[in-house]
Amino acid sequence: MTQTTQTDLPHWPPVNPASSPFALLDDAERLRLADQAVTRVQLPTGATAWLVTRHPEVRQLLRHPAFSSDLQRPGFPLLRPLPPEVTADSQGAFIRMDGEAHLRLRRMLTAEFMIRNVRRIEPLIHQTVSEALADLAAAGPPADFVSTFALPLPSKVICHLLGVPYADHDFFQSRSRLLLNRQVPMDQLQHAAQELREYLRSLIDAKRARPDDADDLLSRLIRERVEPGELGVDELGGMALLLLIAGHETTANMLGLSVLLLTRHPGRYALLRDRPDLAPSMVDELLRYLSIVRTGLFRVATEDVEIGDRLIRAGEGVIALLSLANRDPEVFDDPDGFDPYRQAHQHLAFGFGMHQCIGQPLARAELRVALVELARRFPDLRVAADPQELTTRDNSVVFGLDALPVTW
Amino acid sequence: MAVDRERCCGAGNCVLTAPEVFDQDDTDGLVLLRDPAPGAASRDRVQRAVDLCPAGAIRVG
Ligand code: HEM
Ligand code: SF4
Repeated sequence: MTQTTQTDLPHWPPVNPASSPFALLDDAERLRLADQAVTRVQLPTGATAWLVTRHPEVRQLLRHPAFSSDLQRPGFPLLRPLPPEVTADSQGAFIRMDGEAHLRLRRMLTAEFMIRNVRRIEPLIHQTVSEALADLAAAGPPADFVSTFALPLPSKVICHLLGVPYADHDFFQSRSRLLLNRQVPMDQLQHAAQELREYLRSLIDAKRARPDDADDLLSRLIRERVEPGELGVDELGGMALLLLIAGHETTANMLGLSVLLLTRHPGRYALLRDRPDLAPSMVDELLRYLSIVRTGLFRVATEDVEIGDRLIRAGEGVIALLSLANRDPEVFDDPDGFDPYRQAHQHLAFGFGMHQCIGQPLARAELRVALVELARRFPDLRVAADPQELTTRDNSVVFGLDALPVTW
Repeated sequence: MAVDRERCCGAGNCVLTAPEVFDQDDTDGLVLLRDPAPGAASRDRVQRAVDLCPAGAIRVG
């Protein structure tokens, strides 16, 4: 009985690809899933979970304290079995922690990423964007926008913020590229992660051995948290690795998809140059429309909770589908249309609740500066490939383009 | 109006939405009220900040 009902369940992540990078799902699949606020789905592991698809319910779920982000908890909805090393390597990775343990680490970083401090480092973002634009100009035309501009930019910014010496940027960059490459076999991937972890650990040790008043994130956390005994070095290393991973592919994929979307209508692309005052709200509309965290946010219930008339039992997995919530017609007029003038501040692309993206002021600034300066420096930028030639990273956690050939 | 610094997770949506009313503490990044009795001109933005706060840390009334 359960067997037959299970095979009828929709699969998550979806089996059929969407018709374009801007359609979130295959049309039939979307109709089926958006039909209810909460739907039972089947995961690749054979387990089932609840998929939550509407704006109010997604907010309710992500703000509710009875849902855990800890993927080692029984019942957590996994897309593939956990590798055995995960426990030893998870120190400092507060994105997977709950309650006080989560807040303890998150709060050590909130001041670093608040709007005022991001404003302070805006010159650094401008400088890094200028360098990346020069690299793009030198590489083409034509050139691959993803590998020459979109991927290096956030990685360089985070290197500067963490205080990674300039000489090590190439090492850092190549290893984090590996981490993001889906073609790389599991053992190489783990090796790259291990190298980065060891590198960060030795950087922290070196900074501790030569205390100075350097004004970077690692030096500050060492002075203010590690030396007084509030924070372990492995925890600090794990936090640094989390910042690198969480801010790299996300920002890069937003840049690639934004350029694809905006250059399809030259008027929109020109708007970036002619109306830079619109750029901040345009960035939010891009975040809403592109919703790159397309497989959703995964949680497990720790108590029985009712979400959208559905009783979710303790121990059951849930998935908050940010992408469909961001196209909820009750919240956004003409949700499938991209509107550069829309005030999209209610979007959930950065999540909601206590785990809401801590890097969002930085991400917004990087996207705004990069897109405006790109439109200024390359006013005739256009995509040099047929839409069907562009391959996408469909079922990776962060949706994006593998490559984007551009010319100018 | 009141803010609950125990709940705040420092995402800064309130500062982005109504900078004349909210601020973030230099040392811990948590919310600070610049203006506990904001004027009528700020009412909509304050309401939006309440709505956007991911932690439910802002109360009006
Ligand atoms: C456009 C770019 C970005 C998008 C769409 C994005 C999206 C998200 C989302 C949806 C979450 C919530 C995860 C959850 O609730 O399980 C998150 C968390 C997080 N993000 Fe971002 N992010 C972006 C850029 C960045 C940047 C630039 C950084 C930092 C350098 C960053 C660092 C983090 C961290 C550390 C967390 C974990 C927060 C916590 O668990 O308390 N992100 N991000
Ligand atoms: S929006 Fe809420 S959680 Fe974020 S800083 Fe303001 S009060 Fe704190």
